[in-house]
Amino acid sequence: MDIMRGEERAGLRLRELYRRHGYLPYRMSKFEPYDLYVRNKSFLVSEDILTFTDTDGRLMALKPDVTLSIVKNAREGGGLQKVYYHEHVYRTSPAAVGYREILQTGLECMGDLDLFAEGEVLYLASESLEAIGGGDYLLDVSHMGFVSALLAGLEEDVRSALLRELGRKNASGIRSVCAQAGAAKELADGLCRLALLYGPPAEVLPVLEGMVRGPEAAGALAELSGLCGLMESRGAAKRLRLDFSIVNDMSYYSGVIFRGYLPGLASGVLAGGRYDNLMRRMGKTGGAVGFAVYLDQLERLEKKDSFDGDILLLYNKEDDPAAVAREAEKLIRQGRVVRAERQAPAGLRYRDVIRFGEGGGR
Amino acid sequence: MELLNVALPKGRLGEKVYGLLKAAGYPCPAIEEENRKLIFENPEAGVRYFWVKPSDVAIYVERGAADIGVAGKDILLEYGPDVYELADLGLGKCRMCVAAKKDFRDSADRLLRVATKFPHIAARYYSAQSREIDIIKLNGSIEIAPILGLSDVIVDIVETGKTLLENDLEPRETIVPISARLIANKVSYKFKHEQIAALCERLEARKNP
Repeated sequence: MDIMRGEERAGLRLRELYRRHGYLPYRMSKFEPYDLYVRNKSFLVSEDILTFTDTDGRLMALKPDVTLSIVKNAREGGGLQKVYYHEHVYRTSPAAVGYREILQTGLECMGDLDLFAEGEVLYLASESLEAIGGGDYLLDVSHMGFVSALLAGLEEDVRSALLRELGRKNASGIRSVCAQAGAAKELADGLCRLALLYGPPAEVLPVLEGMVRGPEAAGALAELSGLCGLMESRGAAKRLRLDFSIVNDMSYYSGVIFRGYLPGLASGVLAGGRYDNLMRRMGKTGGAVGFAVYLDQLERLEKKDSFDGDILLLYNKEDDPAAVAREAEKLIRQGRVVRAERQAPAGLRYRDVIRFGEGGGR
Repeated sequence: MELLNVALPKGRLGEKVYGLLKAAGYPCPAIEEENRKLIFENPEAGVRYFWVKPSDVAIYVERGAADIGVAGKDILLEYGPDVYELADLGLGKCRMCVAAKKDFRDSADRLLRVATKFPHIAARYYSAQSREIDIIKLNGSIEIAPILGLSDVIVDIVETGKTLLENDLEPRETIVPISARLIANKVSYKFKHEQIAALCERLEARKNP
């Protein structure tokens, strides 16, 4: 296992986790027609897409996202489709210059969803974080239905301005957008309270109950409490937090959304949610929920070995090569990492240096 | 408990902010001594302060090297860092303005040349008006640009308007009011939630006693 990088090990553990819960592997090509992404640009994490012209003249793109490809090929009717993937995607990130290759593992559950199926996805998200984070992680959950019920009836640009400020937990920003739009003070108060809420479900759910206006919000809250209850009963609620500053584009996401964090990584490693609206936009009837784990950041958490190997075996030109080979082989059989060479390689460190024919050698 | 890492903007604003934090119960005697150190700790108050260039505060916070920090709204609007904006500290108040020479007459049928340190803010402001502009990015002494004919107008921060006046310029339009904001790294906010929430509460209590 030592030869594997952290992201490879994590990828294996996650795929095993999903397989054991009955999810099937999903393989796909590295390219898709560019059209697919143009039509759904705001679903993507970044709008930049690497393109090239295929031999038949069609404009193609290196996949910036996996979910769109899976949804495109989702079959209609009859039960659920549960799939997982492990793929590279290509996109820019706001904090870096240029395109990057990002290794992503995740799963999607599509079709006639129910509370169990949705709860299973949330549970697998928390188990994924447990598997890669070694027990210390947080899984934040929000519900777009609850937020959109509060924002109902507002102009499109006011709504998106409010969502942006909500995402920044910016109470003074929310107040100034509301004031400019002439919205009721009650709305501003409610949104500010929602923005600053952060805590475990047992603490936050009762506060939300006091904020419910109308059936849409009540339905969203019931779903959220149902999911939290399921997590509780599976013993996975300890690291669950409710946070409504996680916001996503409403034209794609409809229900619960969630993000996972590990301490020491400055941005989230897991993102997912319920995206029935995307299904509808792509002409599918069912619901869909899923998440992706970004494995590229994990190398930051790895502790680097300060040695490049256990033993440096130094020999001379005059030494018998067969005898050097025997000596090296003996040490390797003992489970040590051995590098044999005539002179010490520059810049590399070894726990022990053995001169052939002296000390341990003969 | 882990210390809360606080990035302060070097300069007058940073000193005012430190004064506010000190009064709110986060003093750090070492920082008040005259020396050239950049990092100061007070484990009893649970804080570690460091001074950075004002325009870099948001970067330290966004990348998690600092848990919280204080940055001007101008910087947040210009760079759009992915951080929480937890409080308006009401310090360093000024406004982002369009200013021009007193005798400048704008006509909408000409390409407007705009000199500024804030190209994103300027571009967004004029594109909302569907106005075509030529942005000239400068790093300082913006006021000189219209005088030398480098630009028609400038987009810059105006505090009292004195500098403008002395250079025969005047503010024409206010784009947005500016003040210092308390910002937090999104992941730190979650893992150090109690510490950060307590700090916000104590700051808020000082603002409205």
